[in-house]
Amino acid sequence: MSRLIFFFKEAIRALRRNGAPTLAAIVTTVVTVVLLGVLIPVFQTAQGKSDSIRDELHAEYSIYDDATKAERQQLRGELEAIPHVDRVVYVTKAEALERLRDLVTDKSIADNLNSNPLPASFEVYADDAANLPGIKATVFPNGSDGKPFNPIVAKEFAEGDGSGETIEQVTGALKVVLTVITALLVLASLMLVGNTIRLSIYTRRREVEVMRLVGATRWFIRWPFMIEGVIVGFAGGLVAILILWLGKITIVDPLSDKFKLLAAQDNVGFPTLIVVLFAASILVSTIGSGLTLRRFLKV
Amino acid sequence: MAKPKRNSKRGPAPRQSRARRAPIIELNDVTKVYPGGHMALDRINLSIGRGEFVFLVGPTGCGKSTLIKMLIRELDATDGTVRIAGRDIGALPEKKIALLRRNIGTVFQDFKLLPNRTVYDNVAYALQVIGASRAEIREQVPATLRLVGLSTKLNNYPDQLSGGEQQRVSVARAFVNHPPLVLADEPSGNLDPVTSIGIMQLLYRINKTGTTVVVVTHDREMVDNMRRRVIELYEGRVVRDEVSGGYTEESTKEFGLRMRAEMGVGQHGEGQTNGHDHERLF
Repeated sequence: MSRLIFFFKEAIRALRRNGAPTLAAIVTTVVTVVLLGVLIPVFQTAQGKSDSIRDELHAEYSIYDDATKAERQQLRGELEAIPHVDRVVYVTKAEALERLRDLVTDKSIADNLNSNPLPASFEVYADDAANLPGIKATVFPNGSDGKPFNPIVAKEFAEGDGSGETIEQVTGALKVVLTVITALLVLASLMLVGNTIRLSIYTRRREVEVMRLVGATRWFIRWPFMIEGVIVGFAGGLVAILILWLGKITIVDPLSDKFKLLAAQDNVGFPTLIVVLFAASILVSTIGSGLTLRRFLKV
Repeated sequence: MAKPKRNSKRGPAPRQSRARRAPIIELNDVTKVYPGGHMALDRINLSIGRGEFVFLVGPTGCGKSTLIKMLIRELDATDGTVRIAGRDIGALPEKKIALLRRNIGTVFQDFKLLPNRTVYDNVAYALQVIGASRAEIREQVPATLRLVGLSTKLNNYPDQLSGGEQQRVSVARAFVNHPPLVLADEPSGNLDPVTSIGIMQLLYRINKTGTTVVVVTHDREMVDNMRRRVIELYEGRVVRDEVSGGYTEESTKEFGLRMRAEMGVGQHGEGQTNGHDHERLF
């Protein structure tokens, strides 16, 4: 216990003596953690959004009105047998009309119809948006103007052709950019914490020399430096989380009513985010000081 | 107290008695070649018994400091064995080196004090970093500072002290956990003759408690006058190892008086010194 107090005293003494570099390391940690705290929810929201869009992507095939129930069952079976088909949904004529009614603003258009002109249809969902073109090619082997693989299929409704790939590309690019930014920021804080510890080793070289001479063990000499790193990570993480929390309650929360994209952030979970960021900032600074000690503290 | 605790931890009884019989320092054919080919020590053989007061002399570059560094395993011998209390320290695992150093007090020419800590804290630091209890620190530090004659300057910082006083702090730090061996590398190198005698007298006093003291110096006059065992190194070899007795039973005070008389300083030569250290001795 008295040892722990000794380590902390030594660490804080050293941090105070190296005020400027310590502050630089803490500020970098703060910036890194704040940016991570903003980027992670944005990243998750973008991912979630693209997932939901991709979920909605499907092919829709209308069928002839005179198709029998058996024929429809057979078609369903055939569609489900196509590779990468996740599920097949049958939309009756009545349901199609109901959807139309929802879509149009002038409800009288639907009410004024004498009969239901809309065909029944099958919606085919792919397991991944990228596999949708393959499914379409199976149903219409010679393009959508050619003959379908089953005669009761009347027509393919055009639905977001190629948008699957676009979304895929945008999300992929976003992932790469954010990963690179995150990696650079983590590297920067790692190096700045390392630099602080290196300076601390330099300013405390006499203490280290004396400790070695009087027979302090290797870890006894190292602990104060390790604790210095942890303190930097702790302080940086704490300030950053405070900033993030203030940002959340003053900017994000009031706006989330108006913007769905922001509201979608709820699925990240603010407490989890805080814990993860806090742990990460302490971990990164501990690694930074550990690596520096390995290289520069010869005991 | 740290010492009896260490003894109780140290293995079975027969081993302990063998360790007690063995010389505190024993070098067999010790050779040190630095990278680059410079031979600092050339097949050194020597043995220093418990409780001895030994001078290690020789010109600069003769290998004195190399030898001292080897005894605390700051350097490894290229060849041969270095034994401390019967143990081959070259075979000590890394982890045990710290324990070796706890049993050897070291004093250097440049004092190696921590400038931002008080006299008390400098000495206490040596106990803190080896994990001594607070009670032990409170007991040992003032006692040791009284021994070196600095009990009135506990709260001074090193830069408020004279050179001699600073070296006393350094001696106190080396001796605070009562190691069986004290190594002093040019302890009076930066000090004037009277202050030097004061430091020697202090080391002699420590030697009187049963501690082996090895003093490295190039001050031939001092060595010749003290009439202790002298080991002289020249270009990495032992060229002289004389044991001259006759004064082994003298008290610290007698020792000091004789030193002053023989070196032509002291009572009548007080004017040429700062007077500081010398007065406090009595």
